[in-house]
Amino acid sequence: MAINRDLVGREYRSPQPYEVTRGKIREFAEAIGDTSPVYTDADAARAHGHPDVIAPPTFPVIMGMEGMSQAVVDPELGIDFSMVVHGDQSFAYRRPLRAGDVVETLTRVASVSALGGNELITLESEMRTVEGEHVVTAVNMLVVRGGAAAAAPAASTAAQEGSAV
Amino acid sequence: MTAAIAYGDVEVGTEIPERAFPVRRVDLVRYAGASGDFNPIHWSERTAKSVGLPNVIAHGMFTMAQAGRLVTDWAGDPGALVEYKVRFSAPVVVPDDDTGAEITVSGVVKEKLDGNLVRVALTARSGGAKVLARSTAVVRLA
Repeated sequence: MAINRDLVGREYRSPQPYEVTRGKIREFAEAIGDTSPVYTDADAARAHGHPDVIAPPTFPVIMGMEGMSQAVVDPELGIDFSMVVHGDQSFAYRRPLRAGDVVETLTRVASVSALGGNELITLESEMRTVEGEHVVTAVNMLVVRGGAAAAAPAASTAAQEGSAV
Repeated sequence: MTAAIAYGDVEVGTEIPERAFPVRRVDLVRYAGASGDFNPIHWSERTAKSVGLPNVIAHGMFTMAQAGRLVTDWAGDPGALVEYKVRFSAPVVVPDDDTGAEITVSGVVKEKLDGNLVRVALTARSGGAKVLARSTAVVRLA
C-alpha cells in the first residue's frame, strides 16, 4: 500500500514532555556499552563544561520513537510497520541533552517518495525543552519495503507490538 | 576522560584506528528495553524471517551508537558532537549463539572546519557487508 502523500506536513506532538533522568541515561549508556564517565559521573561531566551528566548522542531516539510510533500507527498514513526498516538517521545538536531536561518533541512528516518498489518516508523531530530551548533535531528516513507495490501480505504482529526499526 | 586529541594535531586524512564492537542477542534485548524500540525483527527470528530478513537484525540505532563511540572516544567528550548522520546500507545480522556478530568501525578526517570542528567520515562493516554508508560526524576538538 502506498503511503498517503496528502499527509506530508502532518505533525505529531509528544503526548507529554519527556524528563531526562540520570537513571535513564545510565541505563541507555549501559545498553550501548558506552562507558564514558560523562554519562554517569557529574564531576566528570562538569570537567567538560556540562552542568550535569549528559545523555549519549543517540539518546534522542527515545523521544523520536514517540513521534515515529504515532506516524507509523496513523491509519491515514497507511504504513505497514512489519515491512519498515531504518533507512537513514541524522542528528543536529545545539547542545547535548542532560539530566534535568524536560523535552517536548514535535515530529513532522517531511517527505514521502518512492524508490524502486519501496516507499521512503522522512520524519523530522524537533526537540525543545519546556522552556523553549531548541536542543536537537533528529531526521529519520524509514523504508517501507514493497510499500509502492500492492499491500504486502505481511504478519500483523509487528505492527501491533512494535515501535520502530 | 580528557580530550584525546587536539584540533592542531589533526589533518585531513588523519585516521581513527579501527575498533570492533560485538553484538549478541542479549545486547539487542537490552537495547530494545532501553530505547523503547520493540520491533520484533530485532528479537524474534520467526518474525524476522517471515518478512524476508535472513535472521534477527540489530537495531539501526544500536549500530549508529557503536559507530558514534569511535568518534566521541577519540574526541574525548560525547558532548562535543555537533552533527551525526548515517545511512543504513545493510542490516547487521545477529545469530542466536554465544558469539553474535561484530561491527567494525573506522574513521578518517575529511575536512577541517572553523571553530575547532572536524568532519569525520565513518565506515562500518559486519559479516562482510558495509552496514553504514555516507556516514559523517562533525565534532569539536580541544
